[in-house]
Amino acid sequence: MTLAETSRLESKVTHPTLVLWLIVGWVGFALLPWYGLEDGILSFEWLLDGYPFEDDYAPALFLGLQGQKLWLMPLALFLAMPLLAIGKSRSDESYGKILVIAGALGFGWLILQGFSIGIRGWNFEWLNQLFGELGDRQFGMGSGAMLVASAFLFIFTQGIAARGAVNGDIFVVGAIGFVVAIVTTFVFYPIANMLASAFITEENTYSIRVFFDKFTDRRLWGLSCITAGGRCGAAWNSLFLAILVGIITTGLGLAFALAVTRTNMRFKQALRALTVLPIITPPFVIGLAIILLFGLSGSVTVFISDLLGIQPTRWVYGLPGILIAQTLAFTPIAFLVLIGVVEGVSPSMEEAAQTLRANRWNTFRTVSWPLMRPGIANAFLLGFIESMADFGNPLVLGGNYDVLSTEIFFAIVGAQYDQGRAAVLAIVLLGFTLAAFWAQRFWLGKKSYTTMTGKGDSGIHPHLPRAMAVPVFTIAAVWTLFTIIIYCMIIYGSFVELWGINNSLTFKHYITAFSVRLDAEGIRWTGSAWNSFWTTIQIAGIAAPLTAIVGLITAYLLTRQNFAGKNAFEFGTMLSFAIPGTVIGVSYILAFNVPPIEITGTGIILVVSFIFRNMPVGVRAGIASMSQLDKSLDESSLTLGANSWQTFLKVILPLLRPAILAALVYSFVRAMTAISAVIFLVSAEYDMATSYIIGRVENNDYGLAIAYSTTLIFVMLAVVGAMQFLVGRAKIGRRLDQSRTNV
Amino acid sequence: MKKTTTIALLSSALLASSTALASADKLTFYCSAQEEWCQVMANGFQDATGIEVNMTRKSSGETFAQVKAESSNPKGDVWWGGTGDPHLQAAEEGLTEPYVSPMRGELNDWAISQAESAGDKTIGIYSGALGYGYNSDLLKANNLPEPKCWKDLTKPEYKGHVQMANPNSSGTAYTTLATMVQLFGEEDGFQFMKDLHKNINQYTKSGSAPIKAAGRGENTIGIVFMHDAVNQAVSGFPIEVVAPCEGTGYEIGSMSIIKGARNLEEAKKFYDWALTDEAQSLALGVKAFQVPSNKGAETSPSAPDLSSIKLIDYDFKKYGSSDERKRLLKKWDDEVSTLPQ
Repeated sequence: MTLAETSRLESKVTHPTLVLWLIVGWVGFALLPWYGLEDGILSFEWLLDGYPFEDDYAPALFLGLQGQKLWLMPLALFLAMPLLAIGKSRSDESYGKILVIAGALGFGWLILQGFSIGIRGWNFEWLNQLFGELGDRQFGMGSGAMLVASAFLFIFTQGIAARGAVNGDIFVVGAIGFVVAIVTTFVFYPIANMLASAFITEENTYSIRVFFDKFTDRRLWGLSCITAGGRCGAAWNSLFLAILVGIITTGLGLAFALAVTRTNMRFKQALRALTVLPIITPPFVIGLAIILLFGLSGSVTVFISDLLGIQPTRWVYGLPGILIAQTLAFTPIAFLVLIGVVEGVSPSMEEAAQTLRANRWNTFRTVSWPLMRPGIANAFLLGFIESMADFGNPLVLGGNYDVLSTEIFFAIVGAQYDQGRAAVLAIVLLGFTLAAFWAQRFWLGKKSYTTMTGKGDSGIHPHLPRAMAVPVFTIAAVWTLFTIIIYCMIIYGSFVELWGINNSLTFKHYITAFSVRLDAEGIRWTGSAWNSFWTTIQIAGIAAPLTAIVGLITAYLLTRQNFAGKNAFEFGTMLSFAIPGTVIGVSYILAFNVPPIEITGTGIILVVSFIFRNMPVGVRAGIASMSQLDKSLDESSLTLGANSWQTFLKVILPLLRPAILAALVYSFVRAMTAISAVIFLVSAEYDMATSYIIGRVENNDYGLAIAYSTTLIFVMLAVVGAMQFLVGRAKIGRRLDQSRTNV
Repeated sequence: MKKTTTIALLSSALLASSTALASADKLTFYCSAQEEWCQVMANGFQDATGIEVNMTRKSSGETFAQVKAESSNPKGDVWWGGTGDPHLQAAEEGLTEPYVSPMRGELNDWAISQAESAGDKTIGIYSGALGYGYNSDLLKANNLPEPKCWKDLTKPEYKGHVQMANPNSSGTAYTTLATMVQLFGEEDGFQFMKDLHKNINQYTKSGSAPIKAAGRGENTIGIVFMHDAVNQAVSGFPIEVVAPCEGTGYEIGSMSIIKGARNLEEAKKFYDWALTDEAQSLALGVKAFQVPSNKGAETSPSAPDLSSIKLIDYDFKKYGSSDERKRLLKKWDDEVSTLPQ
């Protein structure tokens, strides 16, 4: 914080931020219904139905006045305490102390009462013994409780800031507190809850032996695929597959990124659009297309076996099939990460190298390539983790090649219902992904990758040396062709009666799914898919911007601020990405089906799960872009008197457009195509497109599944295009056209 | 940070606004049969009673997991469909509510005995026999004889042509394992599973996947419930259905009321309605070829006729219990799945 700003704050004793949060807190306590409403807060039925005295709708204050739920009353005291601080100056020692104490006690009390008192009175037996039967109960927290909780949180962070944390920056401390609070609630708490079940015995006691029995299982670590003709354990299978996928997708993604930015290849825009295709494809579809091309009766297999006169085989089921499908699906993610980095490498450096007479090959090898390393490492990490957590492709194409993600799913939903085994498998999976995470940190080391300094950063990227341009171009072209074929097959498949058996063309599947009738009451959505379609659009549309906001704020804190526990903070925000969706799904049901947070069966739980599943991508994209922006940009903004919120908003954010776009697109698309966590969280009211599609696939009704998926692809294309238009492209100040003279 | 809170509020508000206004009678219906069948059951009940139905379709294993996870705060009211084992398991663990329906007089004996074995916490709504189906085109292309019995499947010429689900993940495959143990005795039953193992090309995760793969031409013979095979044949796939000559086991699709249901009265209404001949005849319209439990319900000519199939006296109580299930699965894991193929 600068001197100017400090003195400005000194002069104001009113503390507008503090007052704002106090108002929020009191509104939550005295005006809004404390508990969750079955019909949601916005039905406004509660306003007409006995509010504010009716138990179900009453704010905490009115409950207290009627002598009910008296355990909520101490909160009023903690909300009143900060009033003492309003008249004081910020530098006054007691100002910070009061806020810290009020915030911490209030927040702590809120959580304590929430966990202690549930729908059957006391939640713990020892409380029953200590205080006797409660004779009362409470349901999940509602809007009132939520406002009060946020008020306490930010009162606390303001107190901390006033006592000098992170240079007394209210915005930064508040943001850290906010991210820590939500990540703890929606990642650590449910996961800890779930992992504890790895140690639960059948008699409901805890034992470390149960864990080791399950951990040393042959189905997990067996190596008989190397020694004898048997099968290897799921752990080895997953690891091997993920490493392969990580390497291949990173290589392909880099090839595409280089081809787009550094060759004078034509159809660049088309290629760019094409790489986005697999990412907007619902699960299973690529797998189905691969089966129909390469399966035992697949077109390609049959053609080749006829040609060579050999018996067709089931070669595609197992490692080869999963590998092809995952490479198709995850290369675009690597591309999206790498394109930002490859574009972001400042041409000034490369021009400098060329001025110093380095040839193109040497420039690339010693300047461009090392600067791309953070991108390479991030792309590999994403590919690795995505492959580890992927669920749809192994399910369709896995054959006998068992991987951890599907094993976890069937440990829970299978005939065995072994939650402990699922938890143990999840721990193994988590171990692998964390190891990859650390390996990446180790490789990148502590070097600086900053090239965008704001100091006259213009120029054009040099072209690739010919020895590289040709293979890069060839790989890109071959892969492009393959992708096009797969997609043509998919679109074709949505128009045939019964793919492979009866190939007559029909609109039948689209009509079943999306028929619309006009009558006196207006439009009637009669198709069977409309319900899940609208829900999906709504949920994805809400989740995407929230994910981008949380992700970028986190990335900003990680790259731009120093604070105690930063490493633990980074670990926490990345954790949810490393955990497979199936585990998230089950842990969410277990954690959020009971008070204090009771959101299963609502749309909120879907939104929340998407935010925390996809936030890490926003964080990674943000970090990758921000580590290229020199700190001098922030510093000059701060020196000129802006505070860190303004700096973030006006300086960092505009330069982050590629990262924002990546985060928005990714989270929207993932919210529409995710399946593994969703399958546990959908409810009758909130059914999602993917879970509907799975039902069709399970039923061998490929036509409808593919028709629905095709529709989703076009919808997502439209939305992604609109987002690109709205967010706009980053104007980093490069000359726009790559002139032909630049060689 | 002010903004984030506003947005969080706004989003929860948006979600809340989209929930429908409350109406007097509603029912949350967990369905474990195929999608269309679930749909016609939900709509049929809504039309018959005016009670608004919220339906979620998941496989019986998934539904069991969900009911168990939600047990301290149940969201569902009635669970209809899916193989009987998870229903029995739910009854064993006290997740479901006992109920004696006035409709019992119209039901087949096997449906009632299912209810009695679970202390009235579940009841049979349909049944289906185990068997297998083969893709006649592929069989011809590979010059293979038509299999007729269980033992045929262990012949070396079928190597790499047979598919079944993994008993660890699928109720269908567990029924197969338990059937072999009851049909041939434990020792010979396991010997059969070992011989069969040599011919298996893949243990799928889901129970009906083998016959669906066969329908698409990705597999030759699939061991499944016969009504699933009939469904594929009727849908236009080149599938022949086989009732094995040695006799076979069967499943009883079941229905249970969830303990602590929020709409208990509506759940009971649904329960009674689902046992009527009228409700059970709806199955025909959606290609569900199971045998209905109501004696008066219509059946399809394509459906396998249970009276002409040699059925074993399947001991649901013994083989549905957690202990026996765990023992058999562990034995299968240790002795069968580890063998080289």
